[in-house]
Amino acid sequence: MSNPQTFQIQEISAHPGTVPGQGTQREEEVCKYIDVTTCIGCKACEVACVEWNDHPFRETTFDDTYQTMPSTEWNYYNLIKFVEHERDGNLMWLMRKDQCMHCEDPGCLRACPADGAIIKYQNGIVDFQQDNCIGCGYCISGCPFDIPKFNPRTKKVFKCTLCSDRVGQGLEPACIKACPTGCLHFGTKDDMVQIARRRATQLQTESGFANAGVYDPQSVGGTHVIYVLHDITQPELYGGLPSNPTIPASYTVWKWLAKPTGLLMAGLGLLAVFFHRVTVGPKVPQPEPEPVITQHPDEVEAAREEKP
Amino acid sequence: MSSSVERFDEKARREFSRYRQTVVHRGELLRHPVYTRVLHWCVAISFILSLLSGFAIYSPWLYRWLTPLFGGGPTARLLHPWFGLFFDFFFLFQFLNWFAPMHWTRADSRWLRTVKAYVTNKEALAPEDTGFFNGGQKLYFWTIAGCAVFFLITGILMWFDNVVNRWVVAVSYVVHDLAALAMLAGFIIHIYEGTAAQPGTFQAMTNGTVTREWAWTHHPAWYAEVTGHDPREDLEQARRRQETEHQTREPSSP
Repeated sequence: MSNPQTFQIQEISAHPGTVPGQGTQREEEVCKYIDVTTCIGCKACEVACVEWNDHPFRETTFDDTYQTMPSTEWNYYNLIKFVEHERDGNLMWLMRKDQCMHCEDPGCLRACPADGAIIKYQNGIVDFQQDNCIGCGYCISGCPFDIPKFNPRTKKVFKCTLCSDRVGQGLEPACIKACPTGCLHFGTKDDMVQIARRRATQLQTESGFANAGVYDPQSVGGTHVIYVLHDITQPELYGGLPSNPTIPASYTVWKWLAKPTGLLMAGLGLLAVFFHRVTVGPKVPQPEPEPVITQHPDEVEAAREEKP
Repeated sequence: MSSSVERFDEKARREFSRYRQTVVHRGELLRHPVYTRVLHWCVAISFILSLLSGFAIYSPWLYRWLTPLFGGGPTARLLHPWFGLFFDFFFLFQFLNWFAPMHWTRADSRWLRTVKAYVTNKEALAPEDTGFFNGGQKLYFWTIAGCAVFFLITGILMWFDNVVNRWVVAVSYVVHDLAALAMLAGFIIHIYEGTAAQPGTFQAMTNGTVTREWAWTHHPAWYAEVTGHDPREDLEQARRRQETEHQTREPSSP
């Protein structure tokens, strides 16, 4: 969790009002670029992440692979997924650094019902504010990448912050700093996309990976973590990277259209019964105590004027 | 309902009525025994708590208003499923208790067709075949019963979201919301009908008794059943009595 003052906030989860100061600063969108083809699986980024975030070294799970554990955890934001893949009869070892993708259209933020628990900065970083988190876990179901993780002890959800605390001070994220092969880059989104495209072209023309490409899924408006993959047509190969990540419509359509409509109808219902009482009036047990006299307001006025 | 369930319900009623009886004053009719009343208010309290804590999470516009009632967002989130479980638990007993009188009959279908006259107060008296519960009350009961099932299933799926697919949670979320809106609509009408719209109704759930006038006005068939009198005849008698009283008190001026 970083200091929200560090950046200009662009979006706040479940926030009914405007975002204070939105658009007052020029901020460049940042991006992490991961060249999967030059990753050697050394896990220096995993260690750097744990160290920078001051997480305890947790128990790992051995499942007959080189992977540290099956998936990222609430105190393990960064995990290299190791996949043994066969290509043209040869073993191909796919190693993809898995972490929060920092979507331009973040499903976690769409799903979150707690005001200010998830914020998105103008530079593209999506950050959880655990002080405001209520631990409902909706963000987990909103995320197409299975990234937010629940801490059962504190009942808060955690994920990669893109080292927003470091970035705010002009430093690159810890994983970038630790990478020995230069497969991790950090900079503005425009620059990173350009470098990634150049690398993809190089892989296509010089290394025989005709399907090499940049993974920057537009179904979530693009991401602030992009990959270069050997085979962009099969992102699922790389430890389950979705080819078409989507946010459930219940967090987009239902939440922003049907929910206010439901509230409006509830409010109108309250008004309706109130004015029903005022106009139609109550149903009293019969016979009513005294005969009821119904008079038109004009008659009442006329009757009053007749008297001296 | 199977006989073992009926026996269970019978036993629950009997056990409970050992503790407290209802006082019925002269001229009143017993409508709800103490067991029903206690259940009703347990359901009501747990429902209101569920409603408030749930609507805190339902909409960003209510979040800052309603979460302070429960000590903040995290506690509202923590308590909501338990309020819901209590609601379902108590309603289960009320469901068994009221299963028989809530049976839908032809009279209820007829009642529903005349609902417009009911709402606009065109007719001061309920149709003569209106029994212990009218069609609207039964409709509300069955709405709650249906919603309670939906609440329970979708609520548990969202509570244990770590064991189910994320799409299951996303769908449950919408179903849970829709059930809540349906319940809220019924709840608003229910409270209105039970208080401001029909004087003399609220005491049925506090003292447990209603006046004879109330009974022959709103539930004539039930009145006939418990008193053995014709509701319309008794009403006419009361009217005549009132008129004579009126005349003796205020002799007509020359």
